[in-house]
Amino acid sequence: MEFAELIKTPRVDGVVLHRPFMPTVEGTLCLTGHHLILSSRQDNTEELWLLHSNIDSIEKRFLGSLGTIIVKCKDLRMIQLDIPGMEECLNIGSSIEALSTLDSVSLMYPYFYRPMFEVIEDGWKSFLPEDAFKDLEAMTDEWRLSEVNRDFRVCTTYPPLVAVPRDVDDDTLRKAAGFRHGGRFPVLSYYHKKNGMVMMRSGQPLTGTNGRRCKEDERLINATLRPGKRGYVIDTRTISVAQQAKARGGGFETEANYPQWRRIHKAIERSNVLQDSLVKLVEACNDQSHSMDRWLSKLEASNWQTHVKEILTTACLAAQCIDREGASVLVHGTEGTDSTLQVTSLAQIILDPACRTIQGFQGLVEREWLQAGHPFGQRCSMSAYSNSKPRHEAPGFLLFLDCVWQVLRQFPCSFQFTEQLLVLLFEHAYASQFGTFLGNSAAERVRLSLPEKTVSLWSWVNRPQEIDHLSNPLYEPNSLVIWPSVAPQSLLLWEGVFLRWNRSPRCQEEAREETVHIIEHNKELQNKVNSLRRQLAQLETQEPPLQTP
Amino acid sequence: MEHIRTPKVEQVRLLQRRAGQRKPLLGTLYLSATHTIFVENHPETRRETWVLHSMVSGLERPPGGPTGSQLVLRCKDFRVFHLLFPLERDCVDVHASLTRLSRPESYSELYCLSINPNTNQEEREKSWSLVLPSQDYQRMGLPNNLWVATAANSEYKMCDSYPAQLFVSRWASPAVLMGSSRFRSRGRLPVLSYFHQDTLAAMCRCSQPLSGFSGRSEEDEQMVTAVMKANPGSDFIYVVDTRPRLNAMANRAAGKGYESEDHYGNIKLHFSGIDNIHVMRSSQQRILDVGEQRTPSMSDFLLGLENSGWLKHIKAVLDAGVFIAKAIADEGVSVLVHCSDGWDRTAQACSVASVLLEPYYRTMKGLMVLIEKDWVSFGHKFSHRYGHLDGDPREVSPVLDQFLEVLWQLAQQFPCAFQFNERFLLDLRTLAYSCQEGTFLGNSEKERRSLRLQERSFSVWSRLWREREKYWNPLYRAEQSQTQGVLRPNTTPYCFKMWKGLYSPAETPAPPAQMPVDLLSSVREGSQQLEQELANQQERLAALTGEPISYQKVEVPKRKINQSQLRYSGPDPPTTYSYPITSPAQDHGSSHHAAEPANQKTRRPAAGLSLPLEPPGSGKGRDPDDLSSDLESGVADLSVGDEVIGGQNGEEAGLSSE
Repeated sequence: MEFAELIKTPRVDGVVLHRPFMPTVEGTLCLTGHHLILSSRQDNTEELWLLHSNIDSIEKRFLGSLGTIIVKCKDLRMIQLDIPGMEECLNIGSSIEALSTLDSVSLMYPYFYRPMFEVIEDGWKSFLPEDAFKDLEAMTDEWRLSEVNRDFRVCTTYPPLVAVPRDVDDDTLRKAAGFRHGGRFPVLSYYHKKNGMVMMRSGQPLTGTNGRRCKEDERLINATLRPGKRGYVIDTRTISVAQQAKARGGGFETEANYPQWRRIHKAIERSNVLQDSLVKLVEACNDQSHSMDRWLSKLEASNWQTHVKEILTTACLAAQCIDREGASVLVHGTEGTDSTLQVTSLAQIILDPACRTIQGFQGLVEREWLQAGHPFGQRCSMSAYSNSKPRHEAPGFLLFLDCVWQVLRQFPCSFQFTEQLLVLLFEHAYASQFGTFLGNSAAERVRLSLPEKTVSLWSWVNRPQEIDHLSNPLYEPNSLVIWPSVAPQSLLLWEGVFLRWNRSPRCQEEAREETVHIIEHNKELQNKVNSLRRQLAQLETQEPPLQTP
Repeated sequence: MEHIRTPKVEQVRLLQRRAGQRKPLLGTLYLSATHTIFVENHPETRRETWVLHSMVSGLERPPGGPTGSQLVLRCKDFRVFHLLFPLERDCVDVHASLTRLSRPESYSELYCLSINPNTNQEEREKSWSLVLPSQDYQRMGLPNNLWVATAANSEYKMCDSYPAQLFVSRWASPAVLMGSSRFRSRGRLPVLSYFHQDTLAAMCRCSQPLSGFSGRSEEDEQMVTAVMKANPGSDFIYVVDTRPRLNAMANRAAGKGYESEDHYGNIKLHFSGIDNIHVMRSSQQRILDVGEQRTPSMSDFLLGLENSGWLKHIKAVLDAGVFIAKAIADEGVSVLVHCSDGWDRTAQACSVASVLLEPYYRTMKGLMVLIEKDWVSFGHKFSHRYGHLDGDPREVSPVLDQFLEVLWQLAQQFPCAFQFNERFLLDLRTLAYSCQEGTFLGNSEKERRSLRLQERSFSVWSRLWREREKYWNPLYRAEQSQTQGVLRPNTTPYCFKMWKGLYSPAETPAPPAQMPVDLLSSVREGSQQLEQELANQQERLAALTGEPISYQKVEVPKRKINQSQLRYSGPDPPTTYSYPITSPAQDHGSSHHAAEPANQKTRRPAAGLSLPLEPPGSGKGRDPDDLSSDLESGVADLSVGDEVIGGQNGEEAGLSSE
């Protein structure tokens, strides 16, 4: 097959591997179609299995006939391979470069991967829109599931089933879709059980410079308002960016045409700006020679923390409108596939305790990111070390995970999962043996036959041993709305991702072990005391025989 | 009492914004001889706020409005109270009274000397014997054949800012001691601070030599050689001058300076670059301003943090400690530490190094002893630095704050290494400033002795020790690896964070019960009670069945978590290929592939336990339908003002959660 042509030298002996916080290993380096493997062929020694798709870029250096390849991964790790022989080194280097940048999705590893674990529940069927709708139906009858997008004709980035107001027919939806960017007409994102308010999301309205309007679009979103109530449109762009969008056919909801809605503009950055921030941040984290002043000014200059603050602030605002103001909300930016999803998904973390469970969080990612059409394939094809010029790459999903981590850190007992689940999702969004994050939309996933040909990440996560591994020992279900602080001093750098390979994790792991131990010991004691209590109660009623009738 | 013009004012409003309070409380203000007390009118809560006069650092009277006259009360623990008086006259009176009361002119006005300690003489005497430097010298195995006690300073004649009890090298004769003392600033000659029993290397401290550009003293050079001789494993010592090199050089013009490597043949000089007390004072003011910004942007905050220079200074102090600890533990070389006078930066560097070197100093008692020895007995000028009396504001500087913050930064890296928690550090800091006990009063041992403090007041340590329950770190375990041996912190700049607990306490959204430290502490307490109950049950069981008591200890094996390694190797290898090497993932049970069921065994929980945890009993506010009370979730009153919603400019639509 094609892979063989790309592999000029399949194996090299005497290669030395250097990794952060691990002893160096000498062994045989092998290249296969999907992996870079280093094995020492000795018992009990580490081996390296690295997916080519996890490699962001490589750097070659030579010292005499000894070549060195620095492999920079999408998960931000850097490893070094010392390869004897210049030719071998060059061959390995060019093979890695070719194999890590394969264009065709069908050549990706998930199509070749066969699970080595028992699939208890097929993850492709774990979070279907119709199942999510059943929960909604139990709370309200104001919404229906529309099949208007059955064949992905109305909107190429929406799933076949979407929740819309019951009183709005499919024809109206089709017309509204024509008035929204990418056909993304307003659909239900979240229903707030406490007061019946909703959050919707969409693409920008296509008002253009001459102020086009669309009665059906107005009818659609007005149908979500209770009589006499008003709603809020949260536009994730600044007013000036939204104004400029008019020139390209886009725009925003004007007061004249949407009198029942008040518009708020926020300033969430997108695409290239975010990618640029990520590159700068990772660069700053990897330079350990900085003085304190230089580190702080580079951290500031990366703007990463500013993005985190802005996204969280906007999500809090949306949650506030719904929970405190008792108003419904429509969120959109330009396409409605990036900043929009950051806001709608984070607002649900704040409002809905169910999203803070392991299953619920997966459901949220499935609903608000995968089904909602975030183009993972495009956004996550390169990470912070890539040398090529970014096209559609942007760390929008990583920023969302970072924001979730900030909330989790502020409410350490309110989440059923730990930071590990977030790190895991970051890794798999960029490179994975599972098909979950392949493709850019529900339509593409169908076209690529992903559910039939690949394994879902959720199939792997939802096994008892993995759930156990991701569980937060401090978790106590908290049914309340949790309001995170968005003050700058409350938002920290996410060390678990950005400093993960720069600091030894041992001490933090020890702390986690100790935490788990304290809690398990307490439970075991409780069990023991309860069982003895029962035993004693039994004995005490038996011993003095028949004292009372 | 003669300073109190108005002992009681009614209908006063109090607002404490830094504690996250948004609406002022209405109540009555009382002035006592020692405290300002505010009692809320609200009949149900009647919340009381007590502010010790010695904690007041500043009073301001901003121009009043139509609703009354304002008084702003700033405290040394960075609390800020805004008081609103209906009548201007009351405001003026309270301002005048507090101005006088918060600036006592003599020690006898201080709280710790205003209470009558003779009510419980036995307890008082016990309180002073809880923590003694002599215990620590004993613990280090002193005196021994290298280091001996000297009586040269028993009457504070050689050096009035040193303790009476000093340990010096056995090779230093009385004449050498005297000569060296004469050649050192304020007579602070090189004496022992810490002795490392494994390497026999020692940490000594002193002040700068009076060398000027070329001055030298034979005795002082002999003294330094004597320090070196007391370490049989090394033929040189490090002299750590904790000042920036330039400052040290500038001091030569004033007839002071540092040791020349030419004159002292067996030393290696090292400068640590810690700035002086004046730089630190203004730096702390700047980081405080950063914490007090009303709605800063992320850039404002990060640039403010950078411009304050505070974390840079904290890093310099830790770096100095790391250098000393490495020299002693890794190289086995003795170190002589000094700055200018040897009572500020020297105290910091020595005690940081001690904490890194010695697990004992990471316990609650150990830290108390360390502060008693390195700070209190060696003449750190507590009363000057923490402004106990009305005096020169240029003497005030957050020297101890920085040491405590270094400990906090270390605890971030080593969460299980310290027996005490953050609250201990914060309370310790407050006690140093408020001087409610005699321990920190005065500027030297000599001064404290002449004040007969042990007869007139209590020791701070017994107070902290009495309340030790609230200071435990639940994660501390004596047997853990980070508890043992030398701590080797990472001092890359990104390892330092702003100490929110001190500089921005309001920004903690989760209620205390939701913080891991408090939660784990209460779980551990619960476990202790359960163990007690278990023992009782077993006794009763034995009584009922007639069988001998069989005490069973409940042991849960600790699970190893090694996430980084487990997930290090990326996705699990495929089975559809055959590789040139034997398929390692299937052959080795101990391989490290994340998706491998085999290695999951290592982190299976004990039998009968499965996570996720079940919700423990339905506690208050945990009813899923009770969504009305989410005020408890932390941020109160996030009301969206009309000016926020609908604001055309996205920038100003910031959330009001600051």
